[in-house]
Amino acid sequence: MSKPVIATASLAGCFGCHMSFLDIDERILELIELVEFDKSPIDDLKKFTRPVDIGLIEGGCCNAENVEVLRYFRENCRILVSVGECAIMGGLPAMRNLIPLKECLEEAYLNSPTVAPEDRLIPNDEELPLLLNRVYPCHEIVKIDYFLPGCPPSADLIWEALMALIHSQPLKLDYPLIKYD
Amino acid sequence: MPDKIKFTIDGKDCYAEPGQTIYEAAKANGVFIPVLCHYEGLKPVGSCRICSVRANGRWMTSCTQPVTNGMVIENATPEVEAYRKAIIEMLFVEGNHFCPTCEKSGNCELQALAYRYQIMVPQFPYLFPKREIEAFPGFLLEHNRCIQCQRCVRAIQTEDGQKIFALKNRSKDLRINVDLKLAARMTEKEVQKAMDICPVGAILKKEVGFRIPIGKRKYDQKPIGSEVEENK
Repeated sequence: MSKPVIATASLAGCFGCHMSFLDIDERILELIELVEFDKSPIDDLKKFTRPVDIGLIEGGCCNAENVEVLRYFRENCRILVSVGECAIMGGLPAMRNLIPLKECLEEAYLNSPTVAPEDRLIPNDEELPLLLNRVYPCHEIVKIDYFLPGCPPSADLIWEALMALIHSQPLKLDYPLIKYD
Repeated sequence: MPDKIKFTIDGKDCYAEPGQTIYEAAKANGVFIPVLCHYEGLKPVGSCRICSVRANGRWMTSCTQPVTNGMVIENATPEVEAYRKAIIEMLFVEGNHFCPTCEKSGNCELQALAYRYQIMVPQFPYLFPKREIEAFPGFLLEHNRCIQCQRCVRAIQTEDGQKIFALKNRSKDLRINVDLKLAARMTEKEVQKAMDICPVGAILKKEVGFRIPIGKRKYDQKPIGSEVEENK
């Protein structure tokens, strides 16, 4: 039997969850014996090269590109996991949900004291992904199978979850593993 | 002295003093029933419903209902637990609970209950309501996190018995309102009491924050309620 394939993505996140993933330390040697990696910032593959078993999503959806990537993952991954607060509820980027988008952009690009008068311009280039009206949790865009809370989820939680998925075992959830911060 | 009352919780024989509420009696018998609006020493109001149990088959809030002889109480059954989980999830989606940025994280009772019930994601959609943050001389009032438990309304008073916190509006617009003049006169100790009594991070003392390191906070290692369960 071939090894399970893992893919990861960071949408509207800070890469903290990926960093926490790398915090599994020397267990990464064990992991590469067990799985293969496909599209992920870790190997910098831009496109899926084969069907993927487990997709890990960091970050929520704040722009059209995030939505496209998330849908691309859903089409190609058998199991999709929301990793971290941002993927689950929008996280810090979702703090802008309390303020109208127009006001956010004006504050950042027009009215902020750090913007020089000649630079006052709201970015609007067709190369830039369009911002959504608000930040959406991933499970409001596509079906998500599992959720790992935390900011970031601890390396132990990510490890336990991966091992449970790879070995098709129920997830052992010790109390200190579930944290929202 | 009247005899002790005998009753059962999930089939376990328990004993209570006459007049004790289900919540108090359960605690004395080493059984944890979660509460959010109730606080030791305050008059119970039964508004958050998280302490609901089935007593003789009927839904009752255990913080307000006295125990009677022979009462059969269902507490940790799948049905009651699912109901409590739903209440916690509704509280999470109904406000703006950004745990990673909250000073109360790790010491928050709402969060601790969510940990205890192992809630990975709420089953309801997030509402992201627009709420204000108010600043007073000694503290901040973070309406994004307020669950309207009214603990502060009941517990915080001036020496001559005037209330500093009160409710205003109704239904989804219900908010905690603060008496500006009385709030300005609050001592540091009174502000600390208000912050401690708040189950979430809605009342925050100014100029301190994130004082206790991660790992040493109240609910980092042990679930809320474990101190009750260790009693028996």
